[in-house]
Amino acid sequence: MNYTFQFGEILANSDLLLRGLKLTILLFAIAFSGALVCGLFIGLARGSALRVPNLIATAYIEIFRNTPVLVQLIWFYYALPALSGWQPSAFTAAALGLFLNTSAYCAEIWRAGLQSLPAGQWEAGRAIGMSEWQLLRRVAVPQAFSRMVPAFTNRGVELAKMTSIASTITVQELMYEAKMLSTQTFLPLETFTIVAVIYFVLIYPGTLAAYALERRLNSKGA
Amino acid sequence: MVDVTSASVPPVLAPPVLAVEGLHKSFGSNEVLKGIDLKVAAGERIAILGSSGSGKSTLLRCINFMETPSAGRIALDGTSIGVEGRGGAITARSGELRRLRTRVGMIFQQFNLFPHMTVLENVMEGPVTVKGMNRKEARATAQDYLKRVGLSDKAEQYPQRLSGGQQQRVAIARALAMEPEILLFDEPTSSLDPELVGEVLDVILGLSKEGRTMLLVTHELGFAYHFATRVLFLHEGRIHEQGTPDEVLKNPREERTQAFLRRFSAFHF
Repeated sequence: MNYTFQFGEILANSDLLLRGLKLTILLFAIAFSGALVCGLFIGLARGSALRVPNLIATAYIEIFRNTPVLVQLIWFYYALPALSGWQPSAFTAAALGLFLNTSAYCAEIWRAGLQSLPAGQWEAGRAIGMSEWQLLRRVAVPQAFSRMVPAFTNRGVELAKMTSIASTITVQELMYEAKMLSTQTFLPLETFTIVAVIYFVLIYPGTLAAYALERRLNSKGA
Repeated sequence: MVDVTSASVPPVLAPPVLAVEGLHKSFGSNEVLKGIDLKVAAGERIAILGSSGSGKSTLLRCINFMETPSAGRIALDGTSIGVEGRGGAITARSGELRRLRTRVGMIFQQFNLFPHMTVLENVMEGPVTVKGMNRKEARATAQDYLKRVGLSDKAEQYPQRLSGGQQQRVAIARALAMEPEILLFDEPTSSLDPELVGEVLDVILGLSKEGRTMLLVTHELGFAYHFATRVLFLHEGRIHEQGTPDEVLKNPREERTQAFLRRFSAFHF
């Protein structure tokens, strides 16, 4: 064990890593916010008694959950243009893939969360004349959301790490820049140690914030 | 020619605020309601009695379409709800059902208050979200109704801090805040500890003095006697006997009714 870590050279190039970090955060923000919203609607379709929406939502969820996300990204970047004639940029393909993948997981979280609501709550809302949309917005989501926060947090953490896969389709996010840097400097140990620290510093505060949100929601009445 | 303006006209001749005709309801192969006909005049207070499984809760829940009738007709002020669809079941548009439910309030056995809202917010919710009333006005009305059920001091509490009896009184205020023409009570005291039943029944009795049209499913026979202008006894999905409280509860004609009432008076001391 006489390897001497040489962090100096990597830190001198930290602007490259920070540039990558910006794209990582952008990928995460687009995919996660989109998936939270889109997941609600897929989750509603999945929980619906209507045959066709239910079938479509189920197929969607199972396809995205049961194939590797790496394959999905490659498919959106290489196969989709061949089929549709539309060539998305690497970033668009990655954002799309991560968004659709995470939507599938979020849909299941929404469905389970909304189904955990006692039947009496839906009935009480209907009995005063609420529409299904009003019920969702005023009664179901506010109550179910606090119970879903831990699951969404998990999903967010997974997604933040999953963004690194975008490097394989040449999105110049943090992992991509790290690979470049490590081959230029021949210092992979140092590079990836620093990258690990960056991912941790990026993700861990989010986890802490989610814990705080969970505590706040749980203390408020429900 | 009958002079309808005359005060001597018995109330049954007035157009019924609620008419139920040939109401059937099945859950799968289990036919719970087997043809119910019922006309309710404005201001009538109807107590619905019957053993469990007789269909009394289902009847109530069909009136505001918490359950969709399998066949038959429900009419409010002479206007039918929905249209007869395939196989006799009624299909109604969601907008029509929402309007119906703003006119027909319901109080549940399990209260079903919204736990993430304060007591005041629970009562304001319908007027604000459904009727589009501004919050200031809704707050004032809600406070009025909370006063009526004797819970002004609990307005800022969350429901789970309240006793069952208090929660049920809030639920009554929540229903009243929609200013419904008809109130349906589905066993409002059945999940309450015995010592909390009285406060809820007092509130309901108070409402009955205001001339509201009410239908109440209950096991509290003594209360039904004082509350009701008419008592229905349901047996196996049909109205087996009906009449004034004195007729049905004191001098029942039907053997089934007599047997049902005997079970409640098994203990005298």
